[in-house]
This record gives sequence, structure tokens and C-alpha cells, in this order.
Amino acid sequence: MSTEILMPALSPTMTEGNLSKWLIKKGDTVKAGDLIAEIETDKATMEVEAVDEGIVLDLLFKEGEANIPVNKAIAIIGDPNEKVEVKKEIPVEKIIEEKKIEKKIETKIESKKNDIIHTPSPNIEEDANLNSEEITMRQALRDTMAEEMRKDKKVFILGEEVAEYQGAYKVTQDLLQEFGKERVLDTPISEHGFTGLAVGAAFKGLRPILEFMTFNFSMQAIDQIINSAAKTLYMSGGQINCPIVFRGPNGAAAQVAAQHSQDFSSWYSQVPGLKVIAPSTPYNAKGLLRSAISDPNPVIFLENEILYGLKGPVNNDVNFSIPIGKANIEKEGKDLTIVTYSIMLQKSKEAALRLKEEYNLDAEIIDLQTLRPLDTETILNSVKKTNRLITVEESWPFGSVGSEIANIVQRDAFDYLDSPVIKVNSADVPMPYSLSLEKLYLPQVDDIINAAKKVSYIK
Amino acid sequence: MKKLQKADYIKMYSFMLKIRRFEERAAQLYGMGKIGGFCHLYIGQEAVVVGILMTIDKNDSVVTTYRDHGHMIARGLDPKRIMAELTGREDGYSAGKGGSMHMFSKENNFYGGHGIVGAQVPIGTGIAFTHKYNGEKNICRTYIGDGAMNNGQVFEAFNLAALWKLPVLYIIENNKYGMGTSVDRAAAGLDLYKRGEAFGIPGEKVDGMNVFSVIEAADKAGKYVREGNGPYIIEVQTYRYRGHSMSDPAKYRTKEELDNYKQTDPIEIVKAEILKKKIATNDEIEKINKDTLEEIKNAAEFATNSPFPKDSELYTDVYL
Repeated sequence: MSTEILMPALSPTMTEGNLSKWLIKKGDTVKAGDLIAEIETDKATMEVEAVDEGIVLDLLFKEGEANIPVNKAIAIIGDPNEKVEVKKEIPVEKIIEEKKIEKKIETKIESKKNDIIHTPSPNIEEDANLNSEEITMRQALRDTMAEEMRKDKKVFILGEEVAEYQGAYKVTQDLLQEFGKERVLDTPISEHGFTGLAVGAAFKGLRPILEFMTFNFSMQAIDQIINSAAKTLYMSGGQINCPIVFRGPNGAAAQVAAQHSQDFSSWYSQVPGLKVIAPSTPYNAKGLLRSAISDPNPVIFLENEILYGLKGPVNNDVNFSIPIGKANIEKEGKDLTIVTYSIMLQKSKEAALRLKEEYNLDAEIIDLQTLRPLDTETILNSVKKTNRLITVEESWPFGSVGSEIANIVQRDAFDYLDSPVIKVNSADVPMPYSLSLEKLYLPQVDDIINAAKKVSYIK
Repeated sequence: MKKLQKADYIKMYSFMLKIRRFEERAAQLYGMGKIGGFCHLYIGQEAVVVGILMTIDKNDSVVTTYRDHGHMIARGLDPKRIMAELTGREDGYSAGKGGSMHMFSKENNFYGGHGIVGAQVPIGTGIAFTHKYNGEKNICRTYIGDGAMNNGQVFEAFNLAALWKLPVLYIIENNKYGMGTSVDRAAAGLDLYKRGEAFGIPGEKVDGMNVFSVIEAADKAGKYVREGNGPYIIEVQTYRYRGHSMSDPAKYRTKEELDNYKQTDPIEIVKAEILKKKIATNDEIEKINKDTLEEIKNAAEFATNSPFPKDSELYTDVYL
């Protein structure tokens, strides 16, 4: 009898891990509860304990090996009572060989998927300053904050676990080390209080970046965001502005259920006085976050936890920015328009590929980037060209950003429409926990394809 | 504490009287339909803000509740423009967009005027954070009504202020009622000044009908905060003669209770002291009374003649 020790999933969104360090070696006896390895996840480096007991027969990966998929065997232990026999009976080399083959196949699948979602949009390709080295969204956000903090001492960051823990999602990694505890502040778990404090600091002239561990917790602070941050410029007759960025992950993570998985894009987009941004790639995350930090108004910056690990090229110019209020035509097309934002851009791009292959439909994809103020001009121009529109977003359907777009398009481009606008949203229910129901809740590529077929009158 | 000069007595009396006359006139304009919405008067509480004013540095910041007219007057702001905000005119401090509850003057470090109970407390704590962050010696005076003392964010702010040793002076204006609910029906434990104890914030209670007591406490507390020791809480026991707002008949309290407080009227106390110390004669006092009445009458005149904001103003000041 031998047992495989598998790469464990140590966070809801972890799909692969790096083997930082082995704490055991071949031939060691391990007992349940012994520490066996240090694994670096998408969020932190963690120690892993043994669950089974036995002699370590083999370690299948070397220290430092990266991107090992979850559930992949990383070591093999044998029954201590059958130690010698087992070692002979188990063709360890063969197992390793099989694992290697499996790994190759998976890597292939992975890279194909990357080809789909990493196809750079036209505007990125035209960017002369494009850095060919790909970085993650997480790093793009981190770098931009660090660059802006170097430029302006008024910029500081506060939130739960942003400093010593290095960020609950590692977005603020090493900022404490560079800028010190006066400018990178861990707060207690009191969103209402520290949000009000940050708003007061912004009224007085500082430029806080406030991280919500997730936007779900911004509900604790909603009064300070809406009633204080968004309205005071108006209520003071233009005297007191509030230059603050509220940022953090928004929308569904992975199986964290109703209270930790919801999309607030339409909630915040409804409020005059706020600007709302939802980046979709490392490239636009960088350009948009810079604009958000330098904006004199309160900005809601909606990141997405699933996208934190998304890699892509960026522009490393420390002054590179993307203007707020400008959508990006991610892919040009002539048959229909897909308007989307944030994580749904990736699914829309997958859908567009299949629409071309399977139905010969050439979809134009507009990535909104900013939700408020909305770039209606880009949307209307596209609809006037394609005559068909679907909106794709993760929020609930009632009164969503797509609802407003449908309203604008029927009002300003009615004569150009060849079919009704169709919205693709999440299900109109709280987010369920179960993996199967969660998938059903979220918009999927097939939903986008079905909507595209419907506006194109394809059965 | 610095000894009060003759001019200080006159200043206190003038400011308290100005607040009283202003509020009486505001009530009149409200009755005439010239002022709309909610309108919360400060009559009876004048000694609180004027007492604090006597210890203030002009670069200190202030943030307060929606009962803010008196606070603005004490900050030295122009009664004409305060009244014009109440009447919703373009000369108002918020250009007619804020109204009675939402008035600001950034150049005078007056950060409102907040309409949401308790919201100004974390905000004031954040303004104090900025003073510290910028290495300034100034403090932020954050006023809190007794009603807000049961609001969660107040304790979150206390915790943060104590944790980060922020230069914030919390002043609880305990006027005995949060709208129509008396403090003893809302707060478990009546010593509101002790509510910072768990965070290590010192607090003390002071008679808010007597301006001299307020000055003494504010001076001591202000020094403590300015020296970098962190926050401090003063609970000022005061009383509002009028209802919570203009539409409140105040049936939740007795006439005897009100009359009782009027026996210790804060303005009368200062006046008696001035006469006793022979700082001014009766005639001189009368002159101040007359001038003040005239000034407030002019303010009302100005506020009712100032134009309404232009229609185009509806869409300005949403974004900078």
C-alpha cells in the first residue's frame, strides 16, 4: 500500500501552487500532523501537514518547482509495516513517468486556454511601450500603487491585512517594507469606522487608497461611501472634494457563497459623485488605477479575485494611464456587439471565438473599463454598425449596468436595431455554495453564445 | 490656563447672543416658509461651542452634527451667508445646495455640518489623522450629540483614534434628548464621557450651561490632545430650549423641566459676570444687544434677497 500526497488547494481560488520547500526527505517517517512542505499559493506561503502516515518513498517535484496543479501527486509515502516490500513492489519511476505525461497534457490544455484569453486587444498591440514580460493583474495593481506612492506623499494605503500580512490577496505585497507603517496601515475589522476616517483624511487633503478585503464588506461602510464621500462636494457647493480610491475584489470568487460572492457594479454605478472602474487585464488595471489615484473624486475600483492571477503584458511607463470614461474596443466585428466588463471579458472572448467557428458570426467586443461615467458614444457607434447588441456582466439582472445600456441604445439608436437587446446576467438569486449551482448561477460561454444566436435569429 | 481678559468676556457674550438671535430669526423665517426642510436650533446650548471657541487655534479643524448654525457663527463665519444657506440661496456657504444640515467652510477649517447621526465622528478622526500625518500641531474638534453615542461607528472611531494616538478632541453635547428619546431611555449607562474608558481615552463631564466651566475643561483637554497624547472626551451637559427640529412639539418633556434650565441660562450667566466684574455697564450691554439684533436682521434681509441658484447649478459640483 502506498499513498500519494497531493498538491492541496489552500485557498478558494487556488488552481496551482509552487513548491517552496520540502520539510521531509526520502526515507523519512512521517506521522499524521507532521509538516511536510511549504507551498506558495495565490495568496500566501503555507505549511502543509501530512494526513496519512508512512515512509517517504519519493518526492515527485523538486524544491522551487512552480505551477503544480492542485490534486497532482507531489510525494509518495508507503505503509511503515511493509516498508521494504512496498519499495520494491511499487514502480515509483513508472508513476513519476505517468505523472510527467499527465503534466504535459495539462500544460497543453492550459496554454491553449491562455491563447484564447490572452489575445491582446488592438490597442495593446499598438502600444509602443508595451513590456513584453507578462505580469499578473495582482502585480500590475501593486506596482501602480507603489509608483504613485513614490510620486506623492499624500497617497497612503489602509485596510485590513494590507501591511504585515502583505495583503489578503497579496496585492499590497512589500508596500509596508518600502513605505513604512505611517503610509501602509493595517486597520482593525471596522469598515464603517476606517472608511469614515479615510473620507475625513481625503476631505483634509490626503489621497487615501482604501482596500476592502472584498467589496462585500463595503456594505458595512456604505453610508460613508454614499452619504459622505460621494455627496460632500455637491453639498458644500464645490468646496470640499474627496480624492479617495476604494479598491478590492468584487464579484464571485470560488465557492464562498452568498455573503462573499456578489457583484456591486450596478449599485455603485447608480450614484452621482462616484466614478466606477472595473479593469479586465493587467494592462488596463495599471492604466486605470493610475487615473483613479490621481482623480480628485471618489473612485470605486472593482477588481476581481479570479483575475488576480491573470497574466498579460503591461506598459511600464510610470506615467502611463488610461482615461476614466473611455471604453476599449477589445475586438472589432461586424455582426453583433457584445458589451461587457471585468471578468466577463474573458468569457466574451471565448464566446466570440466559438461564434466565429461555429456560426460564422463576427462579434465586436467592447470592454467598458469604466462603468461611470459610461462611454455611451463607443457603444452607440458600435450598435449603429452591427445593429445587434448583447450585454454580458456578472451582476444581478434587475437594474444592472446592462439595463441602463439597453435603455440608452433603445432611446438613441432605436432605428439601427435589428433585434431586441439581450442581457446576460447572473441568476436572480443569492449566490449558492455548491460547485454545480455556482456554475449555473454565473453567466457561462454558452449563455453568451445563445444570446448572440438569439439577436442574430439563429435557431 | 490663560487668564480671561476683559475683551474675552465681551467676545463670549457677543457670540452667544449672536447665536441666540440668529436662531430666533431662523425660526421666524421657517415659520414664514422662507426656510424649508429640517432646521435644528441651538438655543440653550450656546455656552458649549463658545466655550470651546475660546481655546481654539485658527488652524485647528472642526466637524459637527446637523445642529450646526451656532457652530458656524462661533467659527467666525458670516451670519449673512449662513442664513442665505438656510434660505437656499446662491450666497449661502454651500451655494444653496447643502441647506441647514450641510454647511462647510474649507478655508476656515470647518468641515460640516453632517446630516447622518454619527457619521462626523470617523470623519473628524480622519481629519485628525491628517494633522498627524502632515506633522502639524493642530487638533480636530469633533462634536457628537448624545444620540450618536449609541451608534456603532463612534466606537470604531474611538478605537482607531486611541490605537493610532490621533489628535482628536471629542465633545459630546448631551442635551438630554436624541430627537424625542431621553438619554436614559437610549443609553445603558448614563456617563457618556466614560465610554472611551475601554480604549484608554480619558473623559470628563462638565456643566455646559456655564461657559466658564466649558472653557476650563476645553483648555485642559485641548492641551492633552495637542501634546500628542491621543484623543480625549468631554461630555458637556447642556439643554436645548426648542424641540429637536422645527416640527417637534417637544411633548416628551415637561414645561417645568424647561423652565428649570432657563433659570441657568448660559447668556445670563455671562452677563451677570460682566456686570459683577464691571467689565461693561448696562448701557454698553444694551448697545451690544441692539447691534446684534441689527446684524441678524440684516442677515435675514440679505438671505431673503439673495437670488436662488441658477438652474445650471443643478449639474455643477458633482465632480471636480
